[in-house]
Amino acid sequence: MPQHTFILNGNRVTVDCAGDVRLLWVLNDLLGVHGPKYGCGVGVCQACTCHINGKAFNTCAVPVSQIKATDRITTIEGLAASVGKPLHPVQQAWLDNDVAQCGYCQPGQIMAATAKIKQIKAQGRSVTDADLDQIRNVCRCGTYPRIRKAIKEASAKM
Amino acid sequence: MGEGTVVGTVETPVGTGVSRRRFIGYLIAAPTLVAGAQLAADSAKAAIPTVQPVDLYDLSDLLTDAARPTANLITIAVNPDGTVSFALPRAEVGQGITTAVAMTIAEEMDVPVDRVRVTLADARPELVWNQITGGSNTMHAIFTPVRTAAAVARGALLEAAANQLGVSAAELTIRDGVITAPGGATVTIGSLSKLAAVSENVTVRAQLKPRSQFRVVGKPQRRVDALDIVTGRKRFAMDLDVAGAKPTMVCRPPTINGTARSIRNLAQVKAMPGITDVAIIPHTRYVAGGVAVRGDTFGQCIDAIRALNVDWGPGTVEGKSDATVLADLKNAELPMAPPVNLLAKTIEQKFTFQFRAGDPLETNTAIADVKPGRAEIWSSLKTPIWAQEQIALNLGIPITGVKVHVTEGGGSFGRHLFADAAFEAAAISQKLGKPVKLLWHRTASFRQGRVHPMTTSRVRATYLGGNVLTFEQRNTAVATDWGHGFGEVISALGATPPGANLGYSQAIFNLTANVPYDFGVVTQLLNEIYEANTFNTSAVRNVYSPDVTTPRELLIDQLAKAMGQDAYRFRRSFLRDARMRAVLDKVAQVGNWGRAMPAGTAQGLGVHREYKGYCACLVEIDCRPATVNRSIPNAHTGPRVTKAVCAVDVGLPVNPLGLEAQMMGGIMDGIGQVLSYSLHLKDGHFLEGSWDAAFYTRQWNTPGDLQVIVMPPTADEPGGAGEFSVAPSMAATACAYARATGTMPTTFPVNHNRANLGFTPAPTVPPVPASPTDGLQKAY
Repeated sequence: MPQHTFILNGNRVTVDCAGDVRLLWVLNDLLGVHGPKYGCGVGVCQACTCHINGKAFNTCAVPVSQIKATDRITTIEGLAASVGKPLHPVQQAWLDNDVAQCGYCQPGQIMAATAKIKQIKAQGRSVTDADLDQIRNVCRCGTYPRIRKAIKEASAKM
Repeated sequence: MGEGTVVGTVETPVGTGVSRRRFIGYLIAAPTLVAGAQLAADSAKAAIPTVQPVDLYDLSDLLTDAARPTANLITIAVNPDGTVSFALPRAEVGQGITTAVAMTIAEEMDVPVDRVRVTLADARPELVWNQITGGSNTMHAIFTPVRTAAAVARGALLEAAANQLGVSAAELTIRDGVITAPGGATVTIGSLSKLAAVSENVTVRAQLKPRSQFRVVGKPQRRVDALDIVTGRKRFAMDLDVAGAKPTMVCRPPTINGTARSIRNLAQVKAMPGITDVAIIPHTRYVAGGVAVRGDTFGQCIDAIRALNVDWGPGTVEGKSDATVLADLKNAELPMAPPVNLLAKTIEQKFTFQFRAGDPLETNTAIADVKPGRAEIWSSLKTPIWAQEQIALNLGIPITGVKVHVTEGGGSFGRHLFADAAFEAAAISQKLGKPVKLLWHRTASFRQGRVHPMTTSRVRATYLGGNVLTFEQRNTAVATDWGHGFGEVISALGATPPGANLGYSQAIFNLTANVPYDFGVVTQLLNEIYEANTFNTSAVRNVYSPDVTTPRELLIDQLAKAMGQDAYRFRRSFLRDARMRAVLDKVAQVGNWGRAMPAGTAQGLGVHREYKGYCACLVEIDCRPATVNRSIPNAHTGPRVTKAVCAVDVGLPVNPLGLEAQMMGGIMDGIGQVLSYSLHLKDGHFLEGSWDAAFYTRQWNTPGDLQVIVMPPTADEPGGAGEFSVAPSMAATACAYARATGTMPTTFPVNHNRANLGFTPAPTVPPVPASPTDGLQKAY
């Protein structure tokens, strides 16, 4: 079985598995990392969103063979540490606005929001409603309005 | 009960002769304190009064009465570390009951909310009807029992403290888990947990705190699991580590409820990388079935499912489509009543509500470990006792050998009333002789999972002069399946004979459907078609009410127009309850009803009474072409609700922040059901198979302005919340759409019969799409 090595939440990990297994299942089923959630397996719902070298991506849509040994994969479990704080400002905004209901989609929402805010800030502007309208993450509980508020608040603190 | 704990139990008043705040409880024999509970039991207008049986006894009453005989079997324990524990016999699926219950205990015991540990109880058969999560009934049913148990525990702690500190209990105060004597001496409740314990059960009288002294109940409280959620620590069934429980998925038939006859390439699929087992699982009453595949990763299960070559037998709806089901519904329509006044004018309409998926974001998931003579199950279950009984029956093992754990659920929306994942996982584990972690693929979830049944509704009103003389409603629907134990509650309380699904449906319809207006003679009837397991249906969020309320409110707008009145004033003048008028007035005022708006945009109103409460919504919608056709990449856009205002009176609000969240979620549901969210049935299967095909509300459909007003307390007990705003928000959105477009929408969602589906249906064989490989190219 081929070995795949990458940096997961700051630690180097190596896993034995076929190269076409999508990263989501490597994390969930082989490494026991459960923050990224299965919601569709076809890159639609975004519940499995994590970061690769700081950018958001769907782990259900990336074979583990595409991950390089130097790639830094961050899951929700490693988000706070990535900024060296007990909580990332986006996580704090989620708490401040009591965003979550069942919570199943929220790790993906937070990872997507964090990357979105960074992307918008890199363009030298602030978050608009049009930006928020483009967020694809599904929340069946319907927490969308609180997500919008939390993103605007977090963005002001990042 | 663990070493070193105190426990309290509960008793509530029997009949009405007992003062409201005097309750009987027990101190239960245990090494530490354990307390238990025992529970027993305006229209001055000229309009023609309407009286319906549901005004006197509704579904909330029925569910609470069903839970009452065993309400004394709940216990609250005080632990040596000063925490308080309670195993809640209900399912938490996002509705916030663990938080509301923790608040209730904290209030009554004067301990901080973060010291209360609320977990979900395993299936407890002795609770009978007191472990069902449905009808938004949890807080209504358990508020007083939980308070009583907490009050008993508090009393025992004070007695123990009095003995230790040498003062009388009456002189002590308790705050934040610390008991203080007049001289300033203190003792913590944790240190008293053993001292307060009793060696045999003792009956005591509990004094519940008066509402005027509440410090926690009624104040906004963030979810108790919020930190776990935002850090990825919250555990769902999928995340549990059960030895040997490898990923397992099922290859589903191409049509609804088909059966696998044989596997043509068994050896080939068994030899695929990571695959350990492949086996046919027959379709039965409660098991969807197909070909189960078990392997090292779910990804490899998906690959194996796609490689399977299966000989499929027919399903239960072969050849059926939207049009054939609609025709069957038409043939089953019940007649309207004869006219009461030949001079009266008549307004009538017929509406169609398409199939809607009950999908939560967490698909059906369960872990099962079945061994000879015993089984252990983990899943999000709203009827765990029924699940335990059925699993014992299906597996042929004694019920005492079946352990059922209720896990935190990633949403429900009616999906978890049944135990689809648990039953299927148990069947697979037994067949393979190995533990399994079963996960439904999303495509299977949409295509084979339980749905809100297609429904038609005919409404007719007659009016004469300034009065409405009659209001009739005849709903005809594909059967809602009540075979999950909920129906048995109805039988047990004498509402209908056991076993008849249509009887259950009609009983629940009659216990929920209502017209809160004085419209003279009112009749509302339901008829259903097909056996309950023809389509896979369930009581999806708010059950019958969305398809009862939306037609009524649309017709009311027409009535108001025909009678020359403003839609708000008309409603206000005919509503027969002051609490209902108050929520309507609130949304009209906050939402600025009647303000001038550009052509193509409009406001709409909807009201609803259920769950011992009252809810009103006002929405504003934008149906102008520039909005309808706005471009968002790969998004179904359409008309947009730009503003939503909701006012809710639930009697006693326990957690206003949680209530606001539930109303918000219900509004997203209501918007989706009017504008875009449905399933298309064709040739015996649903076309939708992903969230980019079934257009549930997304960020690009979300109102930018949403306000929820939680009304001040109007009662001493909480009503229900989890499903409440679906019906009124759906009605308000439909009314706004009708006004903005100048048309009467008769099919919901309004986009259902669009010329262009807006997605390419995935094939049914193989039944799941391949996982993409382009994730890195799309990184942002």
